[in-house]
Amino acid sequence: MSSVHRVRWGRHRLLVVGGVLVAIFVLTAVFAPLVAPYSPYSLNVSVMLRPPSWSHILGTDELGRDELSRVIFAARISMEVGLVAVAVGVTGGTTVGIVSAHFGGIADLGMMRFMDLLFSFPAILLALILMASLGTGILPAMIAIGIVFIPGFARLTRVATMQVLRQQYVDAARTIGMSDGRILLREILPNVIAPVLVEAAVAFSYAVILESALSFLGLGAQPPVPSWGNMINTGRSFLDRAPWLGIVPGVTLFFCVLGFNLLGDGLRDALDPHLRE
Amino acid sequence: MDLPLIEFDSVSKSFERRPVPFRRVEAQALALNCVSLRVPRGRTLGVIGESGSGKSTLLRILLRLTRPTAGRVLFDGQDVWGLRGRDLLAFRRRLQAIFQDPMSSFNPRQRIGAILSAPLEVHRIGSRAQRTDMIVDGLQRVGLGPEILARHPHQLSGGQRQRVAIARAIILRPAVLLADEPTSALDVSVQAQVLNLFKKTRVGLGLTCIFVSHNLGVIRYVSDEIVVLRRGKVVESGSAEAVFSSPQHDYTQALLAAIPNLPSVQQCAPIG
Amino acid sequence: MPDHDPPSEALAIDELCVGFASRRRMTTVVDHISLTVGHGEIVGLIGESGSGKTLTALSVLGLLPRGARITSGKIQVDGVSLLDQSERERRASRGSRVALIPQDALRALNPGLRVGVQVGEPIVIHRVNNWRSALAKAVELLGAVHLSHPRQRAGEYPHQFSGGMQQRAMIAMGLALNPPLLVADEPTTALDVTVQAQVLRLLREIRDGHGTAVLFISHDLGVVAELCDRVYVMYAGTIVEQGPVHSLFTQPAHPYTQALLRATPSVQSVVGELAAIPGQIPQPAEWPRGCRFADRCPVAFGRCTSTPSLFEVGAEHSSRCWWSDPWISRL
Repeated sequence: MSSVHRVRWGRHRLLVVGGVLVAIFVLTAVFAPLVAPYSPYSLNVSVMLRPPSWSHILGTDELGRDELSRVIFAARISMEVGLVAVAVGVTGGTTVGIVSAHFGGIADLGMMRFMDLLFSFPAILLALILMASLGTGILPAMIAIGIVFIPGFARLTRVATMQVLRQQYVDAARTIGMSDGRILLREILPNVIAPVLVEAAVAFSYAVILESALSFLGLGAQPPVPSWGNMINTGRSFLDRAPWLGIVPGVTLFFCVLGFNLLGDGLRDALDPHLRE
Repeated sequence: MDLPLIEFDSVSKSFERRPVPFRRVEAQALALNCVSLRVPRGRTLGVIGESGSGKSTLLRILLRLTRPTAGRVLFDGQDVWGLRGRDLLAFRRRLQAIFQDPMSSFNPRQRIGAILSAPLEVHRIGSRAQRTDMIVDGLQRVGLGPEILARHPHQLSGGQRQRVAIARAIILRPAVLLADEPTSALDVSVQAQVLNLFKKTRVGLGLTCIFVSHNLGVIRYVSDEIVVLRRGKVVESGSAEAVFSSPQHDYTQALLAAIPNLPSVQQCAPIG
Repeated sequence: MPDHDPPSEALAIDELCVGFASRRRMTTVVDHISLTVGHGEIVGLIGESGSGKTLTALSVLGLLPRGARITSGKIQVDGVSLLDQSERERRASRGSRVALIPQDALRALNPGLRVGVQVGEPIVIHRVNNWRSALAKAVELLGAVHLSHPRQRAGEYPHQFSGGMQQRAMIAMGLALNPPLLVADEPTTALDVTVQAQVLRLLREIRDGHGTAVLFISHDLGVVAELCDRVYVMYAGTIVEQGPVHSLFTQPAHPYTQALLRATPSVQSVVGELAAIPGQIPQPAEWPRGCRFADRCPVAFGRCTSTPSLFEVGAEHSSRCWWSDPWISRL
């Protein structure tokens, strides 16, 4: 059965490319203090607004801080926010979805209409509203974005669960005498989780964008903490003098989001048991 | 022993159709309408019916997958829907089923080995090593080799999947085997193999069976007793011999008349 | 000077080969099939899954799935060779020269369009670009297939029809342009036996009334025996037996046909055990040399390692088996 584990370049292209990109960002984020040449906070006004050079590969910002180091540490923030937000979204959404599909009736109706309500808000607007009560900063941003994701995961899990419940192998499991809890873990969850994982990868990239947007608006990471969003915001004011300040975080954000999207697509194909040998 | 192993006593099942929750129930679809029947120990009851007759619902109620709206279902004298706890577990062990759709009968993410050992794990039978032996033995009984264990359901043919379904059903050595259109999706030659296996298994384990199908030829081949369902009601019942040779009810007669006629073979070309 | 008669066949397939092209090679799945359907004839094509019968049918319609290709042979519908046609010409043929009645009517019908519109569509596309007359004709067709209240039915959606009614609507659609040939791909497999009987009766009526020829594909021997005039039996990409229905079913010459008949449970009598055919049909990539049925055949012998040709065993009845070779049967 080794063919099941053999990675075939052609078919798993997306997964590999996406995986590599994601790995780069995750590793960079985790090992930020080792990778970054300077501290993202050390000021040196004498070298401010320098273009890329050998000592500062991506240049310096308006306070003389090394741009490369700030971008690296900003990756850390984005990864953290993405992780927590997706965790909140997946946990909350999956629970709502499975419970809704399993019990049906009024519970299903009530929960899904509430999800519709949340869903009807544009993501950024909902995040802003939530942060109005949660306050500003990274932690409130994580939770707010997580809550924004819950309806999406709930809908996805609900449909997947309903499909699974219709399958005869669930009936067969009951016939054998399996308890409901065991059926949930053994039969339902594994068949529901695949689309969730794919969605989670894509949601991660969305979380990164949302966090950047919130930081851009000054609500997420507060200065001097670097975030791609607030770096882009700063970069706006210096577009004429120091364009790299806006371009560098923008391009990095682009590749990060691309990586997670490709990973999501690749996962979808890789997780389909029918496509295995 | 006069007591029938399985008995349906005035069982009815209606499905409500509510276009929007909270509104009045718009229509009631009566899947089963006061159905009573008995299956004596060791015999096979064939249930004939077209779509909408309620034949699958009958099995689902017996398997405790769907609750009846009225009536009782008795297994060995006990009310199936009144069972709890250990009694329920014991009931599960004695009554097994094979389902129609070989595609959806198995969890696509599990390997056959895991699928077959699940019943043993649930009922805590045997140690791990013993279970493996039992599974391999079970596969052998249905004519499959141990290489099947590592495969996923979609890697098997339709016939192989139904054999695995039979293996899964008998691994607990049940007293009863229920079959819901198990060969409807199979080719003629594969169907013959599976039906022969069914008969062999039934004799080998002394099983009491209920076999549901819309294919009258198949029902004739496997059944001792027959029940004909139409729109949820029993319109005729009796021994297979009697029902097929002299059907009493109009509907049964119409069904038999509608079967396409295969002229009998007069002479096979000289061979050998 | 010989007369050039009008084409005497509604369908003539000559040495057709269909294969699937993969990266490395071409796998043949239909191997030199020849069959004919005369005008006004109902011809059955029997085979199990993996025999190639469905691909043969799809070839006639030019609807092969992606990756499948006709590698050689000829197909003529009503005298017109299909393989020389461009896709545009083929599209014109579909519906007007040959129409398909598919297996699963529900999936073949568009759930979002009313039935009348779907039945009238072929007319609008091929003949008159006038919806009013097309819809009127559609109502007429729905009546011709014995749907009660055809005008009302034409305004309904497919999900409001029962399985049998859906299949009849598909037949109506097939008849819209009065093609000389209908290809029916297991149209009654999913239907109840009483509904099946009605559909079969309908097909016979159509043949009697319009002279439409039908190529009826099925794995159900009973249905073919009841409906068809002549039969072809397919196994692993080749025709193994062909002949008039009565002759083939009462005096089957090929061991596979005999085995299929023995394996079919009948209502009339009960046998102790159905004579099942051991083994499985070989996959196209694994076709053995010589007779492809040999390793499952109860009477295979030495000669079977070479491929037999079709030998005549009766009036228009032939079998692709060495036992049917007059030289051998005389020994």
